[in-house]
Amino acid sequence: MTEINLFIRTIGCAVSFLLCVSGFAQEKRESLHLDSIHNLDEVVIVANRYKEVIPSQKLSGVELERLSSFSVADAIRYFSGVQIKDYGGIGGLKTVDIRSMGTNHMGVFYDGIQLGNAQNGQIDLGKFSLDNIEEISLYNGQKSEIFQPAKDFGSAGTIYLRTRRPSFGEGKRSNLITYLRTGSFGLANPSVLWEQKLSDNISSTLNAEYVYATGKYTFRYRKMFPDGTVAWDTTATRMNGDIQSLRLEGGVNGVMEDGRWNLKAYYYDSEKGIPGAIVNNVWTHSQWQWDRNFFAQGSFLKQLGHRYDLLVNAKYANDRMRYLNPDTTLLYIDNTFLQQEVYLSAANKYRILPTWDVSLSGDYQWNTLSASLPGFVYPGRNTLLAAMATAFEWKRIKAQVSLLGTFVFEEVTRMQEAAPANRQEYTPAVFLSYRPSEKTPLNVRAFYKRIFRMPTFNDLYYTDIGNISLRPEYTNQYNIGFQYGRPVANGFFQYVQLKADAYYNEVEDKIIAVPKGSGQYRWMMMNIGYVEIRGTDVSAEASMRLPYAMQLRANLNYTYQKAQDFSDPSDNDPASGSYGGQIAYIPRHSGSAVANLAWESWNLNYSFIYVGERYHNSSNIRANYERPWYTHDLTLAKALRLKRANLKLSVEVNNLLGQQYDVVLNYPMPGRNYKLIVKIMI
Amino acid sequence: MKERSDNKRVYKYICVIALLALLAACRKEDDLFIPEEVPLAPPAGAPVIKGFYLLNEGNMGSNKSTLDYYDYQTGVYSRNIFAAANPTVPKEMGDVGNDLKIYGGKLYAVINCSNKIDVMDKRTAEKVGQIDIPNCRYIRFHEGYAYVTSYAGPVEINPAYEQTGYVAKVDTGTYEVVARCLVGFQPDELEIAGGRIYVANSGGYMAPNYENTVSVIDLETFTETGRIEVAVNLHHLRADRHGNLWVSSRGDYYGVPSRLYWIDLATSQPGGSIEVAVSNFHLDGDSLYLYSVEWSYVTMSNEVTYGIVDVEKKALVTRNFITDGTGKEIKIPYGLTVDPLTKDIYVTDARNYVLPGTLYCFDKNGRQKWNVRTGDIPAHFAFREETSIEKQTE
Repeated sequence: MTEINLFIRTIGCAVSFLLCVSGFAQEKRESLHLDSIHNLDEVVIVANRYKEVIPSQKLSGVELERLSSFSVADAIRYFSGVQIKDYGGIGGLKTVDIRSMGTNHMGVFYDGIQLGNAQNGQIDLGKFSLDNIEEISLYNGQKSEIFQPAKDFGSAGTIYLRTRRPSFGEGKRSNLITYLRTGSFGLANPSVLWEQKLSDNISSTLNAEYVYATGKYTFRYRKMFPDGTVAWDTTATRMNGDIQSLRLEGGVNGVMEDGRWNLKAYYYDSEKGIPGAIVNNVWTHSQWQWDRNFFAQGSFLKQLGHRYDLLVNAKYANDRMRYLNPDTTLLYIDNTFLQQEVYLSAANKYRILPTWDVSLSGDYQWNTLSASLPGFVYPGRNTLLAAMATAFEWKRIKAQVSLLGTFVFEEVTRMQEAAPANRQEYTPAVFLSYRPSEKTPLNVRAFYKRIFRMPTFNDLYYTDIGNISLRPEYTNQYNIGFQYGRPVANGFFQYVQLKADAYYNEVEDKIIAVPKGSGQYRWMMMNIGYVEIRGTDVSAEASMRLPYAMQLRANLNYTYQKAQDFSDPSDNDPASGSYGGQIAYIPRHSGSAVANLAWESWNLNYSFIYVGERYHNSSNIRANYERPWYTHDLTLAKALRLKRANLKLSVEVNNLLGQQYDVVLNYPMPGRNYKLIVKIMI
Repeated sequence: MKERSDNKRVYKYICVIALLALLAACRKEDDLFIPEEVPLAPPAGAPVIKGFYLLNEGNMGSNKSTLDYYDYQTGVYSRNIFAAANPTVPKEMGDVGNDLKIYGGKLYAVINCSNKIDVMDKRTAEKVGQIDIPNCRYIRFHEGYAYVTSYAGPVEINPAYEQTGYVAKVDTGTYEVVARCLVGFQPDELEIAGGRIYVANSGGYMAPNYENTVSVIDLETFTETGRIEVAVNLHHLRADRHGNLWVSSRGDYYGVPSRLYWIDLATSQPGGSIEVAVSNFHLDGDSLYLYSVEWSYVTMSNEVTYGIVDVEKKALVTRNFITDGTGKEIKIPYGLTVDPLTKDIYVTDARNYVLPGTLYCFDKNGRQKWNVRTGDIPAHFAFREETSIEKQTE
């Protein structure tokens, strides 16, 4: 069976499942014999957002809440073009890779300011709860909005996480939202969000969340003979996946004439086991990790006069990570890493004409890393960024052009063979969109972007592995696509939208670990990789009216990616060579489907994720093959109104069919699991 | 009303069909790996050596340690034979194979990160037993006992504790560890000669404070009787027929280079060294075949060298045993052996450690005969010889 067939069949399964779900719902409706008229959810159309040339993929508000997602990483799986690397379980590392360019090319912004990790460049999205997140948006290239800090121009793809902005109902001065979650994996997860109106223009918000889980789940591996009989079949319990974490977040938000400001502080403390790879004769591990992250940030935005806008951002972050390997049969490791970051930014926008804006942003960032490693060089990095951009509209054309200058100055306490080189890089981006006709809601868009990622502190300075002479890793992106979306006045469909993009990306000077000398435990980071990615993202969205005042919303995403490794031309054996092979863990086909059925105070959400066959490395042979996986998740929610409080009860069944799969080789994922959520809003 | 109930029934049928379709799971089963066979040479009649096994280490955490077999009789190379030979073993061979030896009728594969030694029938590779030793490294045999080095010595309650290694004595009849003898830190290869076990202590976990000794264990009492100071970070060692023990030092990767040393076994004193870097070697008669892969911070690449040392003359006799220039294809030589009869030279290329490796066969004059794709990080060889016992049973 070819894989495309498999995909179609699987999608077929999902669609028939949807039919089935709506069928059940309809029966239930009949038996209830209720006939009340109720308001349908408002459909928000975001086709014409302010100056945005290419809109983002977005999940927000109730839509976000309906997906059975534990963390931000779970929600991002529903975007097209995105692959999540998930090591499994509640505490497992979850990182995101956009259009196969690699995790380090992804910028993640929390309330407008980038989350940094100068040590290894990886942002663990499993750490971020959806409790107080109001909106997640994903941009290929960059947010095509010129009025933004220079840093926002600096990644190949960008995710924005926006926390809830307090809003108060008529006569209300405070909101109190409590979540209680429990379920599989020994989960106990309470959280409280308290929003208080301090004056007409100022409000405060406080959020506290605690997570405890044993992280235990059963997993099963088995192999079959080609004739279909079982060769071996083993079931075990995932161990050492315990997690305990506390998150505290507080902020003050203010509005003023033509502007707003906010200040916030974030604290996260966790200790967790690292469950490790399941290999023959090793079913549990004892490694442990502690994270403590703190940051404080502020933002000030104001329009001064008619033509000028100013945005000022500032941040201080202090992150501590301790890794312990107490396994006495292995190398004993107890390392602590401390990172600090200071970030200052000013963005200015000037309106020359109503249809022509220019902007200039300047950012400064300082990063340091210290580690309890012998011979560590205590690197420090000063980064200056300057971005110039312009946006204009002419007839039905919208365009943006930006140029980012990045100036990096590195310092280390102890010089090795050579002093680290300072860097100066200039990178452009162009975004265009065109609406062929005023009448048809069709937009054609295209972009080009060249950007790089700096080698991380680990790449450069990690004892033994680090390579001080590394150059930045570049990406070039070319994208062309369209978007068609419109509301339908009367009929079965209320709203339909279709989006499609085709793209070609290159990753140049890709930083790869190469073996250093003989023996498995010595590596060196080198700029030797070259990858070409040809892909397509397609997504469709529709909102439908069903009988009995039910409403169905459906969303389908499909991604095709041919991500080929062209690093080593000599390795060109047609059967097993890595030259031209699909790179590690990138499926050719992947997709998702979400269907949501709303009826009165009930809500049923079904979501489906498909990740096609993958290989563990660019030699696409049978021994490196990883099977496709797909999961079906269901959530049933019911809203209740008590005297003073609104209550929402949700039951989730995730991985309904209990499929056993690995996202990363030898890291088994959970089978069927459950969650119960009580949300109390006062 | 009738129409409505019909609709209901239709829906129910759809549901049932849809659910069945779902449960039929549109996914291939995870099939057992069937060995891939590659013919490389014409059948060889009835040789004394029937073929050899090659153990692929597999990258750490990948669980991709695999066993390949080259059959001299048929000229066929079989890739990844363990799973098919042992279809009931969960998770196959395991993680990071580190040594492979044949003793008696059994094949022993030391699987480092799976903390065990698989004992297999040497003709079928069927698993007949398992020896559990945490962080096990290398294996040798003597009079019915296997001796295995392990990094995982006893734990001292001390925040800066150091993990002493040991040699485990294993009864090859019961596969039980019967005694342990503590040696230095992170012991690697061992050799048995003249009633003694010699153990190369590396101190690999102690970098930059590497070990620099060979431990000497008396076989009779199974106690460490002394240590011979050689050089830092010792790895391989092998006794020759002239009463010398050849030892390789990895160096400290910075100022101290990798070197080949010999110890005079009669006096237990260091004899001297050959001015050549050595990552791995194979001793065949008086010819010590070696290669070295050293990282050069000048060229920022691995520098590969080959050579043969005459252990009688204690001199490097050639700088290259691959004579037809095809050695340049080899990115990172890793496993090395010589057929004791035909003198064919086998060198494996571990390439970048992630992609599958390659096995190269050169004739005794160093001309390439063939090459074949292997598993990941092909490393350790064991020749299957026809013994008198086997003759009886066959």
